[in-house]
Amino acid sequence: MVHAGKQLMTGLGVILLSAVLAVGCYAMDYPEEIEIDSLVNLYEAVVFDHAMHVDATENCSECHHHTTGTGVANEYCAKCHNGNEEMDLVACVDCHSADPLSPENLHNPTPDFVYHNDQPNLKAAYHLNCIGCHKEVDGPTGCEDCHAKTEAGDKFYHSGEFAPKESAHSSGH
Amino acid sequence: MSKITRRRFLAGSAAGGAALMLTPAQKALAAGSFEGFPEGMGVLVDLTRCVGCRTCEAACNEEQHLPEPSKPFDDFSVFDEIHHGQKRRTTDKAYTIVNRYDVKDTEEPLYRKIQCNHCNEPACLTSCFVNAYKKTPEGAVIYNSKVCVGCRNCMIACPFHIPAYSYHSVLNPVIKKCIFCYDTRLKEGKPPACVESCPQQVMTFGKRKDLMKIAHERIKKNPDTYVNHVYGEKEVGGTGWFYLSNAPFEEAGFDTDLPKKPIIDNVKDFLAIVPMVLTIWPALFTGFHLLATKGKSHGHGDDHSHDEQEGH
Ligand code: SF4
Ligand code: SF4
Ligand code: SF4
Repeated sequence: MVHAGKQLMTGLGVILLSAVLAVGCYAMDYPEEIEIDSLVNLYEAVVFDHAMHVDATENCSECHHHTTGTGVANEYCAKCHNGNEEMDLVACVDCHSADPLSPENLHNPTPDFVYHNDQPNLKAAYHLNCIGCHKEVDGPTGCEDCHAKTEAGDKFYHSGEFAPKESAHSSGH
Repeated sequence: MSKITRRRFLAGSAAGGAALMLTPAQKALAAGSFEGFPEGMGVLVDLTRCVGCRTCEAACNEEQHLPEPSKPFDDFSVFDEIHHGQKRRTTDKAYTIVNRYDVKDTEEPLYRKIQCNHCNEPACLTSCFVNAYKKTPEGAVIYNSKVCVGCRNCMIACPFHIPAYSYHSVLNPVIKKCIFCYDTRLKEGKPPACVESCPQQVMTFGKRKDLMKIAHERIKKNPDTYVNHVYGEKEVGGTGWFYLSNAPFEEAGFDTDLPKKPIIDNVKDFLAIVPMVLTIWPALFTGFHLLATKGKSHGHGDDHSHDEQEGH
């Protein structure tokens, strides 16, 4: 039987940048759309409208911490990062590992002196960032607002055509 | 108060014939998993991140080959369910469940995932007279369903009401609970299925002692967000899975009156108030135990759940 839990992680590193680069109000190039298909076993790929979010936000740092050279939104980060320098690493996946919990990574943990020892994994970096902000600005927050389930997804959640036959009754437990 | 050791407790509470029965249990205690394992793994659960999507419940169902749920895992009406005046609890068919709590002072409800907390000094283990439970060096509290006689002692002893009773087979009733995905994942150093499935990384997997540091750092860096307490750091002697919250823990349904010491003393109290049961137990257990172990080796295999299940 297919282990969806495992699949959730294995695909995570795969991010397709649709190579349409545009120059907006910011000085740097950025992809207009980003197709995220890492959970494609359970859900249809999500096409993230990056350009729309660029327009909707004041500053890249609202999502990208200090890496875009456009200032630092979080005061805590600002204690070390002055934010005026564009960094080589900008995309989420550059720092947020898709699989920080692999046995290899766990047995070679971040050394104590490294400050960033508590980074969310890639999947969580997306969701915490997206849902966190969407709650504040009344954006969509429901799972299926972004993720259309595939057949395997319905199977995993016992939903749709795989819904329990007697789903009208409560378990009575 | 003098700290009562497990061995003294068991020896002390066992009168006459009961002492004979307790021998296997005493052996396990002497083997000494009792202080918790320094390199044991744990899970830091950050309630501030949970959005109540129930993906973890679906992941557990799949990983542990549990029976079909009564409602789809994307059905959020389960949060309104009340059974016997209480919110949902873990069952023999659901080793983990997520509940919603309306907390004061915030618009957002709080969601809380419930499963076995894999205590450092598990009351379920201490209370088990047939030695069905084991705390592994990796940190999991597992059980051997071939040894379990279905006496339900552990259900009463567990301070978190976790072990559930499977009524599937009247002749062979067994306890069921979260096993930290021991045999399919933890044993190989891999994180549990529920942990891996969570979109918000509500749960962080790692060595318990490393995670405890991270938990305190999160509080320190975000003092306005978190309640200044790590639930499970000290409660009942420390738990392998422990919690951070933005609302007072009692508002999220946590029992905040639990002692800091292992629950063993309470088990003793419980036993003390039912002396009559104690007197008939030895005979009962001897019978059950012989039945349960008939034709089987008496070892402690890693078997603890699946083979007794239906539909295999
Ligand atoms: S998968 Fe994560 S966010 Fe979803 S209900 Fe479970 S713990 Fe909460
Ligand atoms: S939470 Fe309950 S079942 Fe789990 S280890 Fe602790 S006492 Fe045992
Ligand atoms: S650790 Fe494994 S058995 Fe326990 S709740 Fe998570 S998925 Fe289920």
